[in-house]
Amino acid sequence: MLSVLAQAATNPDITPGLTAIGRGIVYGGAAIGPGIGIGLVVGNAISAMARQPESAGMVRTTMFLGIAFTEALALFGFVLAFIISG
Amino acid sequence: MTLAIDFPPVSHAVEWRILFGGETFGVNKVVLLMWLSAALVFLFFFVASRRMQLIPTGVQNVAESAVDFIRNGIILQTMGEEGLFYTPFLLTMFSFIFVGNIWEIVPFVQMPVNARIALPMFMALLVYVMYHFVGIKRQGLFGYLKSSLVPPGVPKAILPLLVFIELITLLITKPLSLCVRLFANMFAGHLLLITFAVISATLWAVQWQIIILPFSGFLLIALTGFEVLVAFLQAFIFTILTAVYIGQSMHPEH
Repeated sequence: MLSVLAQAATNPDITPGLTAIGRGIVYGGAAIGPGIGIGLVVGNAISAMARQPESAGMVRTTMFLGIAFTEALALFGFVLAFIISG
Repeated sequence: MTLAIDFPPVSHAVEWRILFGGETFGVNKVVLLMWLSAALVFLFFFVASRRMQLIPTGVQNVAESAVDFIRNGIILQTMGEEGLFYTPFLLTMFSFIFVGNIWEIVPFVQMPVNARIALPMFMALLVYVMYHFVGIKRQGLFGYLKSSLVPPGVPKAILPLLVFIELITLLITKPLSLCVRLFANMFAGHLLLITFAVISATLWAVQWQIIILPFSGFLLIALTGFEVLVAFLQAFIFTILTAVYIGQSMHPEH
């Protein structure tokens, strides 16, 4: 433990570590909202399909559209996480 | 026993050596695969339509079900009868994206063409120009701007804010998300497969029996199957969003 601390004290370059933490925070933060959103979209689509199975085709198409729009934010976060450099 | 897992940097996963053709127009593996996918799609539909029969067999069967999928699954559900004019365009786009994506799981190739942003960006720009062109042609410049910027039935007080948001959506968010969605999905899938392949290879090198330990070998196989689904789904979503955007330009919302 002490040797690790001593190593850290003699090696002050913490930029790569901070970059990695920043990337994690960016992607993790960007994934929260879309995660909830996709859950809502798919859950409601399933209950719609269960209530009215004959409209399942139309609901499925619309569900994929809704997922695609919601997912975009998470993907922006994913790309941003790679753009961040130390 | 120590495991020395050494992940390659991201640039190693998607950057390829230039094979021929100088700095500016260098041709690497991704470009070759792109040409190959275009040639494959062309050959497929060429062979399928060469001797068409009333009762389809073989290749013609597959091609007809693809056309049917685009027609009934995408166009009639989003654009209506009028959109059938765009069937060839959307069919080509769908097939090309799907073939480009499926390289991800073809052994010894294993590089989705759309994991480099150039191709999705170009296709998104094509769609961008196209839906503006269709909108201006069908509704006139002011009609198009009015129908896409001013949502009907909104209180006057909040209108400036909404117009601003719709303007950004129309000009930036739509093409950007179209491009980034395809790129990021394929890129993420590629990285996922690389991660599990590296873990499996390291475990195999240490002692081959323990490859089953953190289920990395099993997950590698399962994720390969999952990536087939993603490749299809992303081609489908890109095509259906193109259809929706062009459809919105054709018919203003009431």
